[in-house]
Amino acid sequence: MAIDAAARLGPAPSIEVHDLSVAYPDGHVALSEVTLRLDAGRICGLVGPNGSGKSTLFKAIMGFVRPVRGEVRIGGQDVRAAQKANAVAYVPQSEEVDWTFPVSVRDVVMMGRQGRMGFLRRPSPADRAVVGQSLDRVGMAAFGERQIGELSGGQRKRVFLARALAQEAGIILLDEPFTGVDQTTEEEIIGLLRGLREAGHLLLVSTHDLAAVPDFCDDVVLLSGTVIAAGPTADAFTPANLARAFGRPPPGLASLAAPKDVPGTLREVPRSARLAETAC
Amino acid sequence: MFEAALDPFAYEYMRNAMLGAGTVGALCALLSCFVVLKGWSLLGDALSHAVVPGVAVAAIFGLPLVAGAAVAAVLAVAGIAFVERGTSLKNDAVLGVVFTTFFAAGLLLVSLYPTHLRITTIMFGNLLGIADSDLWQVYGVGLLCLVVIGTMWRDLLAYAFDPLHARSIGLNTRVLHALLLGLLSLACVTALQTVGALLVVAMLIAPGATAYLLTDRFGCMLVIAPLIGGVGAVAGAYASFFLDGAVGGCIVLLQTATFLLAWLFAPKHGLLNRLGFRRPAGAGKRAAARAGA
Repeated sequence: MAIDAAARLGPAPSIEVHDLSVAYPDGHVALSEVTLRLDAGRICGLVGPNGSGKSTLFKAIMGFVRPVRGEVRIGGQDVRAAQKANAVAYVPQSEEVDWTFPVSVRDVVMMGRQGRMGFLRRPSPADRAVVGQSLDRVGMAAFGERQIGELSGGQRKRVFLARALAQEAGIILLDEPFTGVDQTTEEEIIGLLRGLREAGHLLLVSTHDLAAVPDFCDDVVLLSGTVIAAGPTADAFTPANLARAFGRPPPGLASLAAPKDVPGTLREVPRSARLAETAC
Repeated sequence: MFEAALDPFAYEYMRNAMLGAGTVGALCALLSCFVVLKGWSLLGDALSHAVVPGVAVAAIFGLPLVAGAAVAAVLAVAGIAFVERGTSLKNDAVLGVVFTTFFAAGLLLVSLYPTHLRITTIMFGNLLGIADSDLWQVYGVGLLCLVVIGTMWRDLLAYAFDPLHARSIGLNTRVLHALLLGLLSLACVTALQTVGALLVVAMLIAPGATAYLLTDRFGCMLVIAPLIGGVGAVAGAYASFFLDGAVGGCIVLLQTATFLLAWLFAPKHGLLNRLGFRRPAGAGKRAAARAGA
């Protein structure tokens, strides 16, 4: 199914960000002079401290905020045209919607198909099949008829992921998909992302789980108001660059790899050891 | 005894009142599904007051009241957007300032330039004296709402649930937003003539709130709410004949009674069920989710 999706992607998915600056109405500059190029068949990790502009970069790529300068092109098209062609899917943090809405899990995933439906938006058998497969791929097949408020935090993330899968977009942006999920779920999501990469998708994933980055990211963009470093993980995700992005010298990689808002866990230790190998 | 029950149908003004009330009730109820879910209750109340100056100006110049009301609604919504952008005030404060200003201007206009339109009509409606032309206008607006929501409810729902996602799949959320506001304004004007500006908001909220308690499916809400709103409005007009009391009051109180019944007895979200009188598996989880979220 993923292969079919890739075949439907059309021209190779790519994101080009050129000299992008975003400021909020109060004058606060969230991003300045960001230039990036991301290509198909890659998982790119977006890393930076809180307030470094990760979410703002997502919003600018999706056209939710208007940049003061610069432009974003998706697959060579402007953002709006790319969205109308369903070229890009966005997985927001799950706190951003009202979970008391009278809609079922299946209804929400079906909304991912909606841009592809005809005038009356009546789901076709093909739409239903894709929604079923998407639910299956995130392990939520048994929850299709549940009202969405009846789900746990991790399950809500999976539903949003399934909605993005159902959209069959060449590019998928994921805003902190690992926050508040257990390790099993994180590993399942990473497995899913790898599958999508093999099928030719371009994935941009923001995360605070630095230890996992070398594990699944082909490329890394280090952000702190602007691009600190970008490129293949081995080149960009170095202790020196991390220190520049997080604004403090690395007092040993272990503490850098375990961000303060995530309580240190046992698994952080071997992971950060691996990080040291990759990064040096 | 039975013949007495048919009495209201013997009078043309009562037949018109019941038809008009039923249509307005059903059409407001259809929109109430979106109002309740979007958290637009205050906006509904505000819009119902903001259309008044438009109605007044239209009456002065002999234009269709709907046209005047629509212009006033657009100006009011633009006014809110303008004030919101220029200050860091919360949305409800901005709504309060802008819409009361509009309502005040409307009252002033009506008192300065007397027309066939009276202030009491604006405040309390005039269902029993509804003219044929007004009735046709009500049918027209009702049909328009039915067609638009019937064809576009999935997009409107996607927009109401997650506006950013709706945009990201290529939907034009600005048009959807404007469409909802436009329909809401039209519903306000028609409801203004039937139950009056003071009670419009009840018709724009109660049926949707009741339907929300009765089902977990938006599609079902869109059927249940108009049934409740329409039947309640007809029954209210009918009851007012015997009580010889205010029609608007009867309609709204009946809708409130329906809401209370649903609140008590709803299969899943009802009070009795939640208190443990009947508890099928999974009951009350939405309430828990609401409390937790």
